Amino acid sequence: MTATRPVVEMSAITVDYSGVRVLDDVDLTLYAGEVHALMGENGAGKSTLIGALTGTVPILSGEVRIEGEERMPAGVARSRAEGIATVFQETHLSPHLTVAENVMIGNEVRGPFGIDWKANRAHAAEVLARLGLDDLDPRSPLSALSPAVKQLVAVARALVVEPRVLILDEPTSSLDAAEVRTLLRVVRGLRDHGVAVLFVSHFIEQVFEVADRMTVLRGGRFVGEFLADELDRAELISKMIGEDIEALKALRSERLAHHYSASGEPTLRASELGRRGTLDPTDIELSRGEIVGFAGLNGSGRSELARLMGGAERADSGEIWMDGARVQLRSPGAALRRRVALSTENLRDEGIIRGLTARENIVLALQAMRGWSRPLSGGERAGLIETYLDALHLSPDDIDRPVEELSGGTQQKVLLARLLATRPHVLILDEPTRGIDIGAKLDIQRRVARLAGEGVAVVFISSQLEEVVRLSDRIVVLKDREKIGELSNGPGVTVDTIVEMIAADLDGAIEE
Amino acid sequence: MSTLTTTRTEPTGARALAKRLSLHLDTLPTAAAVAIFIGMIVYGEAAYGRIVQFNTLSNLLINNAHLIILAVGLTFVILTGGIDLSVGAVIAFSSVAGVMLMNAGWNPWLAVLLMVLIGTAFGAASGVLVQHFHVQPFIATLAMMFLGRGLASILSTVPERLADDSPVRSLGAQIKVYDGPKVNDVVLTPGVIIAAVVVVAAFFVLHRTRMGRTVYAIGGSEQSAALMGLPVAATKMWVYIISGTLSGLAAVVYTARLGSAQNITGIGWELDAIAATVIGGTLLTGGAGFVLGSVVGALVLGLMNVLITRDGGIPPEATTIITGGILLVFVLLQRAVLARRRE
Repeated sequence: MTATRPVVEMSAITVDYSGVRVLDDVDLTLYAGEVHALMGENGAGKSTLIGALTGTVPILSGEVRIEGEERMPAGVARSRAEGIATVFQETHLSPHLTVAENVMIGNEVRGPFGIDWKANRAHAAEVLARLGLDDLDPRSPLSALSPAVKQLVAVARALVVEPRVLILDEPTSSLDAAEVRTLLRVVRGLRDHGVAVLFVSHFIEQVFEVADRMTVLRGGRFVGEFLADELDRAELISKMIGEDIEALKALRSERLAHHYSASGEPTLRASELGRRGTLDPTDIELSRGEIVGFAGLNGSGRSELARLMGGAERADSGEIWMDGARVQLRSPGAALRRRVALSTENLRDEGIIRGLTARENIVLALQAMRGWSRPLSGGERAGLIETYLDALHLSPDDIDRPVEELSGGTQQKVLLARLLATRPHVLILDEPTRGIDIGAKLDIQRRVARLAGEGVAVVFISSQLEEVVRLSDRIVVLKDREKIGELSNGPGVTVDTIVEMIAADLDGAIEE
Repeated sequence: MSTLTTTRTEPTGARALAKRLSLHLDTLPTAAAVAIFIGMIVYGEAAYGRIVQFNTLSNLLINNAHLIILAVGLTFVILTGGIDLSVGAVIAFSSVAGVMLMNAGWNPWLAVLLMVLIGTAFGAASGVLVQHFHVQPFIATLAMMFLGRGLASILSTVPERLADDSPVRSLGAQIKVYDGPKVNDVVLTPGVIIAAVVVVAAFFVLHRTRMGRTVYAIGGSEQSAALMGLPVAATKMWVYIISGTLSGLAAVVYTARLGSAQNITGIGWELDAIAATVIGGTLLTGGAGFVLGSVVGALVLGLMNVLITRDGGIPPEATTIITGGILLVFVLLQRAVLARRRE
């Protein structure tokens, strides 16, 4: 397959979202008859770049050429008319209309008496058949379909305009293996007919199966364009994650060198802590200066244990001691007064307070702990903010903006700053690094390591097991709402050790 | 290249029935409205008599032509998930202004045109507020409602009579289509014909044009409609313009029949029209409904007034309670249909 001519050339595209630069000087070139994969981690700017190409995201600077002609993308409708069809990440279809209408709307076949429904249904059925949906009744309402079929209907809708450029943003995330095969077959068929396909997927195997060329983005920047044949999987991953991988390795060895061994009375000790239907009774100890990682799959009970320890949920069994004294943590407020701070995994709904600025968010928890009768003085506030600006690499520009306008990583930092302002003895962080860019991840992980050095007992939860292994002194492994074991972290412990532990427990369960 | 074989399963028996039902779940509220309408006719005939006859049914159409026109306009707006509260006030302003101009010596047909255009202007203003200033439709059209009512009151606070020899009155003149025994005739007015034309045109636009389908898509999900590349902004402008224009037209039809206009005309009519639309099966959240359903809804409300008058025992004040009751039943029915659809 030789590259023929570029259909789409985007060069030096820069996009700002309410003051935050989300795309910085990014290039993308799509060739006719090629499948082009757009790769990058969450927050790398893939969806933004697609938005810039279709005109749903305003471009600050840069140039877009289509078939060599310069033009500014002006919305989905114009793009479709120019032969650029997009299937967006979430299927955007109309739930009340039928399948045929969803496929055809905006491109209906019209006769002398307006829309010719029969011809429309026939046309829709034809396109659907290309996607292996020949037994789907075009008259059935969209709302009756499964997410996977809806996704394929969205693809059918894109094919109706016979596009020159087809953009597929995560088209396979809701599909099963057979449906993925069908879709990839259709994609190859379109490519062979000279369509330029832009394919975005988290599934690296699928990308290598179908892509001819790849563009890698990282943190809103252009990393490079590569031919798929000349790039292997490991290289691709390291390009997506980037040089920061070195910094992460350094952090890991630093943590290993620190190697903490607990002594004396634990800061927090829980025995038989549990709640019916949520978590089986569990024993756990946290010591000063120790990072304890909770590892387990989603629903393993790792978040539930964190919530019980942080007072977000009430235990119906068990006891908690802090520094040798029995305590009741009936609410997050009560926990906070005992210097136990919890950051939940649900950042948007249970973490930040939307509508307040970052500064107000940071001050909030400390003020709540002090009570409303003793307001913080202006000086105290300024000092507080000053401390965390530095410690967490927060930008002074961000601090007075409504917190919901900030990037996910910055929001998470704001939340962390708020909890740190209460000077906790126990800090429980549930998924503090989810969905944020790699730089912010690194900042947060470094900060967590430093906190432990300062004597705080930290609980660190992440579905990224590498992060848990990197940071923790001790790893508590949970499964099916139960603690199945504890590991003391050391050079011999890797992600595989934990995975094997979880898997081994599964085998045991089956044998029983 | 691998080929994917899909096994074709033919729906059988109960599944086929369930499938057919799920295909037509949207029509259920409208079918219920038709059933209630027929039920009311049967009950009325049995209890009071003289319902199923030409003159009663003719009068039902004549007296509710303006409401049908309003309900058609609101169907467009409500299908997009919006609302138009200004229609009653638009009628007041449009009819008072029209009659005063005619009485001042304007060409009556020019005045009629102006009456319709006043509605268009109000609709366009609502559309601009909603689309370009992102004002909630409820608030935008509420503002238009106060504006219209206020303008009508500035013009006049007493009934403005249309001269008996005004040619506009011919729009309300009764045309005997079929001469039945005694007074039992089939009678139409040009107003009824206008309403019928409006209904047919609306049906065509909603079901046979891209603009109409876009109206439905916007009601389903505005964001999706935009990402599907549909002209959302223009269509939302159009539905308010249509609703406003039809209120102007309803003002003409009503004024021609009554022969006078007043600033307090049409108070609460927006709610009657909304009720007719909802009873007719249009979802208040938008996206599903039928314009013919709204016609049935308007006739249900009209027939209810007839039955209450005939009964004589029901105080007229209870009309609103009964309207509210019927409305509640239909909204609950819609919730049930939506709930079924989710599972």
